[in-house]
This record gives sequence, structure tokens and C-alpha cells, in this order.
Amino acid sequence: MLDIQHISKQFGTGAKAVEVLHDINISVQSGEFLILVGPSGCGKSTLLSLIAGLEQPTNGSIHIAGKDATTLAPKDRDIAMVFQSYALYPTMSVADNIGFALEMKGMKRAERQVRIAEVAKLLQIEPLLNRKPSALSGGQRQRVAMGRALARAPQLFLFDEPLSNLDAKLRVDMRAEIKQLQAKSGITSVYVTHDQVEAMTLGSRIAVMKDGRLQQLGTPDEIYNQPANTFVGGFMGAPSMNFVKGYRGDTSRILGLRPEHLQIEDSPTDWQGVVILVEPTGADTYLKIKTHSGDIHQNVSVRISPEHLVNEGDVVNLSFKARHAHWFDAATQINCESPEQHKGREQDSSKLG
Amino acid sequence: MGTKFSVYALLRYTVLAIAAFVFLLPLYVMLATSLKDMDQIRAGNLLSLPTSISFDAWQTAWSKACTGVECNGLQPFFWNSIWMTIPAVLISTAWGAVNGYVLSFWKFKGADTIFGLLLFGVFMPFQVVLLPMSQVLGWMGMSSSIWGLILVHCLAGLASTTLFFRNYYSALPQELIQAARLDGAGFWQIFRRIILPLSTPILMVTLIWQFTNIWNDFLFGVSFTGSDSKPITVGLNNLANTTSSVKFYNIDMAAAMIAALPTIAIYMLAGKFFVRGLTAGAVKG
Repeated sequence: MLDIQHISKQFGTGAKAVEVLHDINISVQSGEFLILVGPSGCGKSTLLSLIAGLEQPTNGSIHIAGKDATTLAPKDRDIAMVFQSYALYPTMSVADNIGFALEMKGMKRAERQVRIAEVAKLLQIEPLLNRKPSALSGGQRQRVAMGRALARAPQLFLFDEPLSNLDAKLRVDMRAEIKQLQAKSGITSVYVTHDQVEAMTLGSRIAVMKDGRLQQLGTPDEIYNQPANTFVGGFMGAPSMNFVKGYRGDTSRILGLRPEHLQIEDSPTDWQGVVILVEPTGADTYLKIKTHSGDIHQNVSVRISPEHLVNEGDVVNLSFKARHAHWFDAATQINCESPEQHKGREQDSSKLG
Repeated sequence: MGTKFSVYALLRYTVLAIAAFVFLLPLYVMLATSLKDMDQIRAGNLLSLPTSISFDAWQTAWSKACTGVECNGLQPFFWNSIWMTIPAVLISTAWGAVNGYVLSFWKFKGADTIFGLLLFGVFMPFQVVLLPMSQVLGWMGMSSSIWGLILVHCLAGLASTTLFFRNYYSALPQELIQAARLDGAGFWQIFRRIILPLSTPILMVTLIWQFTNIWNDFLFGVSFTGSDSKPITVGLNNLANTTSSVKFYNIDMAAAMIAALPTIAIYMLAGKFFVRGLTAGAVKG
């Protein structure tokens, strides 16, 4: 459906050239919901602009529905986009905003109105159709922006951080709604966000990016449970993965452990630490623990049940299950195991220190 | 504030009242003098109200006063100014709007350099271009005509109109254009359907600005026109400088009032948009 091949993008030329995307390859199947996630400046929004045709790639090609779209004008790509600022046309009514693309396509007025009414019903914005965008709340604007994209029934939906201007509660509601709408419409979607929770909850696949490079492309389960490198491991999940220096056999490795995979034991283990911070969130309690193992001192985050009473200053015993351990190469930061190896491993003799 | 007496409010209004008085006094003197007869003017009290109101001076200034050898009043000059100002204002404003649109949303290589060069035009004293401009007008066969003057005013005003629109448009979100491009709108469709409806405040500012400048222009009017294409500013100058045994102050004042009326009228009609437009960049809306 969407084929991104060897895409790179430079801004500027000669010595001042800045490479914001480096050899990106992503293939999106029809009906998929792909998330582009990464910290700001990772190139995810630029990649979206390239897919939209608002920018031209320096190298590589983009195919949409089997057609080479690399140099096509945005309007010839049959895509719709929801912007972070919604970008509603301020002087047009909600109905005209939704119908604008249809009008540009040359659809007749009567036909347009039917389509606008359908979309308005789907998004429950019928009472707003005659209003101007300035008379709408943030959540309503968001809905209208969705409506504008939906009305065209495009081949491809693009979302550029569409929820980041909403308050926390509304964001969670809209997130669920977007997921349902996408599933219902079946339209292939690419969604840019810096929020790893949005990425995990929405995506059928996630592309994690950093510094213009694709770090890992996989299902949320793969990204979370088999991170390709320490960056992906650390970026996805909150609080982030703990990285501890360790040895596996005789080789120096980085051991990645998620906070929820560390346990506090009643009986002594070979890994102790002092609780330096207790953060109750209601459902869970997060601990920051200063540990030492051999001559290595390190702070780790641990998620525990709130029923487990721990105070700052307590000395606790830590353990983890071997199958939850992620081993990364100390030099390259890359995961040492193939996914198959990781899955197949239940028992392991590795230890710290 | 409530009903509470405030020293600062009083001070503020006093200062404003003094300023308004200083600015309005000349207008009052002009108006009062234009309505007086010569006897009352000779009595010498500049600030007194007219004892009897007479529009004779206005009549004379409009159609009978001598401007050099001709004695047809300001009427022909007035119409010259109208036929020159209206197209020049409309063309230079529309041109500036399109320039600003391109320089804000359709940036090409070197767009910022071109904008920078255009800005020179805002600060350039127009005396500098008088000679080359008259040469160019001559080559184009447009010297001493209203069309030539219109062209000169369009070019002279282009720098400021472009600046106005460019700065106004660069405050609009780029995403608006991107959304419209994805919706399938082209260059002119986006301009007409999205950008122009958002431009009312800056359009008003530019129209008033250009109208005032072009109507009040004397330099180009006196340099590039022939005997039958002189604008009202030149007519007013000629009228006031045509010497006769008696100086008819009431006619001079009436003529000055006639020359100033269109700009006053425009400001009164569209002034609130002007103020709104000047502050439009400051308040997001």
C-alpha cells in the first residue's frame, strides 16, 4: 500500500547540509496503522511531509498503492492529513471545511452535502456544522479535522501529532476514538507521535526513529518485548527500562530490565539496594533504588503493587526472571539476541557483577 | 474601575484632550475661514466663528478659481486625482497581496533575498528615482499621462504593500496552506478561498495607506504629468500661488479642504479597520 524505499532527506547543500533522514525503508500493508515515533528532531514529521508530498526527498522513492508517488503533487496522491494545529480554514463553516476537498474534486453541491452529513453523523458533530472553527472547543476542532480527512475517503490517512494540543483526559478519549474509526474505515494510516503510550495503544506496527534513522520496525509487542537496541528499550515504556552493566559468561554486556520485571524479595538475593524515592501513583507504586553489585553502583526504577509497603531508606533484595532480561552489546548498544533466541529462552545462568 | 475617582485617568484624558485640540485646531481654522467672507477675515480674528455661513468660497475653489492661466477651479485636478488614485491603489494593493502570499507561502530559492531588496524601496527617498523614472516613462511612451503616473505609484507603493502583506501572512500558520494543498486546491484557489478571506484587516490598512499616500503625493504629480493630467495637490499649489491683488484666504482654505476631504472620508469610513489591522499581528485571532 505504502512503500518507502531508501528515503533520505537533506536540508541545505554542500558543507551546510544537514541530513534529517537516512536511508529509511518501510513497507506498510493495506489497512495497517503505522506509528512513527521518536524524540523531537528524529525526522518523523519530515518523513510524514515526504509521504504527503509537502517536501521532496533527496534520495529514494515512495510508492502509494503501487504507483510511484515520489514526485507527485500532494493533491494527486489521494491522501488526507490531520494536523497538530488542525489547520481548519478559519473563515469557513464546519460544513465547508469538511466539504472543501470534495468541492476541489468537483463534486456537486447536493452530493457534497450528503457526504458532509454522513461524516458529521459518524463523528457526532451535526450541531456544529454551521459554526466557524473559532467557536469550537479544542476537542470539537479535533473532530472537525478528523471529519475533513474522513470525508474524502482517501487511500491513506496521515496524522501529525493530532492529540498533542488536547488535555490529558480528552486525549485518551480521542485516542480510543481514532483507533475505532481507523479500524472501521479500514484506511491505511500513518501516525506521527512522540508519545510512546499513543504509539503502543494505536499502532498495528511501530517505527521507532532517532536522529533520522529507523531504529526498529515491528508490532507493539515486538518493540516492547524485543527492543532492537538500548534506545528503543529506553524510549518505549514509562518509567523507562533500567540499564545495568553486567556480564554474560565472560563478556561485558548491558542488561536491560523493565521496572515491572524487577521484584522485591523477602529472602536475601545477590542484588541489594537502598530505596531512595517512593512514588505512589494509585494503581502502582514506583521506587527508585540505589543498588550496588560488586563495585557497580546504579539507580534502578522498580514498579511494585501499592499493597507492598516500602519506605524510603529501606534496604531491599532485588531479583528478576531470566526471560525478562534484555542483553545488549556494551559497545554497539544492539540487542545481542535474535527475537527467536529471546523467545526460546526460559532459563538462563547469567548473573550480575 | 467603577465610579472611583482616579487621578491617573484624569491626567490621561487631559493629555489626550490637549493632543486632540492641537491636531484639530488647524482643521477648525481651515473650515471656519473657508465659510467666512473676506470682510470678516480682514477683521483679523482667526479663531472666531463665522458670523454668517457662506459656501461661495467653496464654489469658487471648486469651479472658478484661477490655477495659473486657467480659471476652472480645482474640479479638473480633482477628477484627475480620482482617476489616477483609484486604479493605482487597487493595483498596488492587489500586487502587494500576491507578492506577500508568494513570499510567505510559496518560498522559492532566493525569496528572502528578493524580499530584502524590496525592502530598500520602503526606505528609498523617491527623489532618487525621479530622473531614471522619467527616462523609463519616456521610453514607454507614457510620460505626461495619467497612465504613467499610475504606473509610477504602483511601483513606488509596491515595497510597502508587499511588506504589509508579507508580514501579515507570515503570522498565519503554514499548515493552513499545506492542508489546502492536500485538499486539492491550487495556487490561486488557496489565495482566493483561504488567504484572501483572512486578509480584511491588512487589506484595509493597505488600502487606506495607499490611498492617503497616492492622493497626497505632490512629487510624482508635479514631475511626471502634463497640463491635463495634474493631480489635485499640484492644482492646490497652483491655486494658492496664483497671485492677484487680493489674497482670498477663504478660497485657499476651501480648496485645501476639498483636497483633503477624500482622505478624511476614507479614514472615517474605514478607520476602525485601520486600527484593527495595525494591531492584528499582536493579538492572535
